[in-house]
Amino acid sequence: MVRPAVRTPNVRPTDHERRVRLAWPVAPPAPIEVRGWGWRYAGRRAWACRGVDLRIEPGERVLLVGPSGGGKSTLLHGIAGLLDREAAAEVEGQILVGGQPAGTDRSLVGMLFQDPESALMMARAGDDVAFGLENAGVPTGEIWPRVDAALDLVGFPYGGNRSTAALSGGEQQRLALAGTVVRGPSVLILDEPTANLDPLGTTTVLDAVDRVLAETGSTLLMVEHHVQAALQLVNRVAVLEPGGGIIDDGSPNAVFGRRGADLAKAGVWVPVPWGPPPPTPRRGPGPGPAVLEGRALGARYTSGAAPALEDANITLHRGEAVAVTGPNGSGKSTLALLLAGLLTPSSGEATLHADPSRPLHRWRARELCRRIGVVFQDPEHQFLTSRVDTELMIAPRQAGVPAEAAVRRCDELLQRLGLDRLSAANPFTLSGGEKRRLSVATALTTTPDVVVLDEPTFGQDARTWAELVQLCADLRDGGSALLVITHDEPFVSALADRRMNADEGRLS
Amino acid sequence: MSVLAVPAVSDSAAPIARRSPLAKIAAALLPGLALLASVDPVSPAVVLVSTLLCVPLCGVTWRVLARRAWPLALAVVTLSLGNAVFTGRKGGATLLELGPVLLTTESLSVGAAAGLRVAAIALPGVLAILTIDPVDLADALVQRLRVPARFAYGALAGLRLAPLLAADWQTLGRARRARGLAAGANPVRGIRLFAGKVFGLLVGAMRRATRLAAAMEARGFDSGQARTAAREQRFDGGDAALVAASAVVTVAAVGLSVVTGAWNPLLS
Amino acid sequence: MSNPTSVESTQPARPPRRWRTVDIVVASVLGVAFGVLFAAWNNFVWPTISAPLSSTPATPLLAGVWLLPAVVGALVVRKPGAAFYTELLAATVSMFFGSAWGLSVFMSGVWQGLGAELVFAALAYRRWGLGAALLAGGGAGVAMGVYETIVYYPGFDAPWKAAYIGSAIATGVVVAGGLGWLLVRSLARTGVLASFASGRAQAEI
Repeated sequence: MVRPAVRTPNVRPTDHERRVRLAWPVAPPAPIEVRGWGWRYAGRRAWACRGVDLRIEPGERVLLVGPSGGGKSTLLHGIAGLLDREAAAEVEGQILVGGQPAGTDRSLVGMLFQDPESALMMARAGDDVAFGLENAGVPTGEIWPRVDAALDLVGFPYGGNRSTAALSGGEQQRLALAGTVVRGPSVLILDEPTANLDPLGTTTVLDAVDRVLAETGSTLLMVEHHVQAALQLVNRVAVLEPGGGIIDDGSPNAVFGRRGADLAKAGVWVPVPWGPPPPTPRRGPGPGPAVLEGRALGARYTSGAAPALEDANITLHRGEAVAVTGPNGSGKSTLALLLAGLLTPSSGEATLHADPSRPLHRWRARELCRRIGVVFQDPEHQFLTSRVDTELMIAPRQAGVPAEAAVRRCDELLQRLGLDRLSAANPFTLSGGEKRRLSVATALTTTPDVVVLDEPTFGQDARTWAELVQLCADLRDGGSALLVITHDEPFVSALADRRMNADEGRLS
Repeated sequence: MSVLAVPAVSDSAAPIARRSPLAKIAAALLPGLALLASVDPVSPAVVLVSTLLCVPLCGVTWRVLARRAWPLALAVVTLSLGNAVFTGRKGGATLLELGPVLLTTESLSVGAAAGLRVAAIALPGVLAILTIDPVDLADALVQRLRVPARFAYGALAGLRLAPLLAADWQTLGRARRARGLAAGANPVRGIRLFAGKVFGLLVGAMRRATRLAAAMEARGFDSGQARTAAREQRFDGGDAALVAASAVVTVAAVGLSVVTGAWNPLLS
Repeated sequence: MSNPTSVESTQPARPPRRWRTVDIVVASVLGVAFGVLFAAWNNFVWPTISAPLSSTPATPLLAGVWLLPAVVGALVVRKPGAAFYTELLAATVSMFFGSAWGLSVFMSGVWQGLGAELVFAALAYRRWGLGAALLAGGGAGVAMGVYETIVYYPGFDAPWKAAYIGSAIATGVVVAGGLGWLLVRSLARTGVLASFASGRAQAEI
């Protein structure tokens, strides 16, 4: 999806400015005690976690790692007291925060979530921060000074009247942090706070967390894919086993030293001294003939507003992977939509070399799906049916591919992407990595000449990431043209033959 | 979609726009309810004229009003025609006779009265909506009318997701085009496609909703504690005056209609 | 020293009547999602497509979609007031964004929501299956038919009014009731309704 262009630079407060006097009472950090805790969701046979024993002292900072789908998020929600008894088939054990059962005192725990867009409640930034204070019964006169101080502390670059819809991901997450911290919690829980953010957003958010902890000294428990960056915040690492409990616990050096290889194999992003080095870049066979061209492309979403993209020129060749990078709101996704024929340009045109007389946005959908495959940022937007196998058969049928060839191609893709076990499953019930692999498969069923991918590696674990790199490299080597919109630097280094940068609507 | 970007487009310093949202709604509802009682051309005309005179006081430019209200104008025209065709009162001179369709001067006047009535009922409401900020409305409902805070602010939080859901809707359409599915000229296919998009929208809505609910609970929402208000909403003399003025207009409209004999109760 | 407390049953004997946070937020977001749909419909589709076909006794046949929020909201959340609240919110959102109609949309929503709500109330808020959905859709249809004949089509002759209300009921039952029930069942199959009783009727994965 496309966000409005955000133009204010993110300025880090100086050290002098950091010593902000907190305008609200800070509760002393609280201990977390998990005793033999287990949780099984209704409708699942397997336990999300079981027999979890963990003790976190007041003020300690712990990073929780483990394979995807391993119950980390469930454990975090359990400690925050956000799990609903009605949604569980079985519960064991207990969790105590500050000596009380989890969930009894909401002011003890503050939590940040993975998707800041769905975690903001009000239309204006200041109102959103004030929301938590209203719930806590803080007198009206004290609310706004606290709001201002909280926004200052996290380094929020705008005032309280800023619309929450006009914020980048990093700014939204910092706003959520302000809204959480202003309530003075004793424990701060972060559930993959930088999963959907670009590198700048990640840095600013983790810096803001650092500043907050320096002021409040709260206990910290976090789950974070960007382990490298998170290690600067924590002094202890705990490993959670899928469907089980904590199997290792200690300083980062010790834990990763012991388990680094195993964790990396299970898909955890283990940082370099203990985990595998980044893959060697696979360069393609060299660019073949040009296959898709965009000339002077421009688009604007609302008439009168600034254009999302201006005067962009780009040519895609067979056997070449082009990466387009840039901050959120720079027009990258707009470019992808224009080149895939899914958006009507306000100026210029995109054409396929096979048929240069007709611009892509005028093509009929059936013809488009034969030539261009698109992978969207959110896999669920692409799911049309209730079974994985019929999902794959849609595009070939529309394109007029003969039934036998189509079935063969789909089976081949299912095998290649490890989804053959799940061919009868409902796409919406798959895990994050499986959904991503399925969405990529749906774009490849018609063996298109061009494949456009929008942020394919968002929030993926190391194993799926490696598979995606492999898959994209194979596609490129097989002669397709690849356009990848991404801000994942390692992905770009591993795969891209050519790199372009989008900034505020201009492509270079 | 541009129309989903900002609901309140008025200049909020204008005399009427400054008033409490509750006053604006009450002022818009009063004539609407009264006009329901009769189908005649006089009472709606009075209300319509008074409303149009208020437009500058609401801080709404005529251009903005036209841009927002043109579907209403279109609907009024079609409504009038519909009523004119399907009414039972076909006296007067015949204007048009096409098979079963019969339009006479009387039926046309019935249609016109019905159309005018709808316009007069709807227009004050349009002005009210253009000048109300949803946050102010929620605050006013909770502070003045004692609506339970968890419902008002739960609704407000849901409202914040509207632009995101609109963007999702567009992406869903694009994803279908990318897979070769488009309505084209076939209406059955168009309906199936639409139903599929509705389903996709609802799935996305549910996902966002469960995440939003967790985030709100984490900030202490609905924790049983007494809630305070960060933004105060007052109901003062100016608000009462607005409601009173609306009542005066309503009485004048009904009175004039009765006095001129045009009053025509609906259920007669 | 862990104290295992296993609770096998997921359906308590008497379902609680109080709305949880997730109930409120989900009903709100469902209402908002439909409101967004309606705003688009109001402002773009209706004037261009349905207007020429409208203002006849057959008009309601296209309008069953307006009654969907009441049925879907109630079937998902299953709490007293869910039908009314969801429909109300859908009307409010479409009112704010498709402001061509102003408060009249809101008033329609109120009555349509009440129509469905009364049916669920009559069933003591215990029945949430296909039959209940169809009846509730019909109830909302009756409310829509009566309201619109009073407000928009008072000039219609009595038999035409009856035909109008009849088509409103038909669309309510088929589109709002039938399609609504199907929608909720498909939603349950995707697993998004896991926090609700409506979502827990699937086989274990």
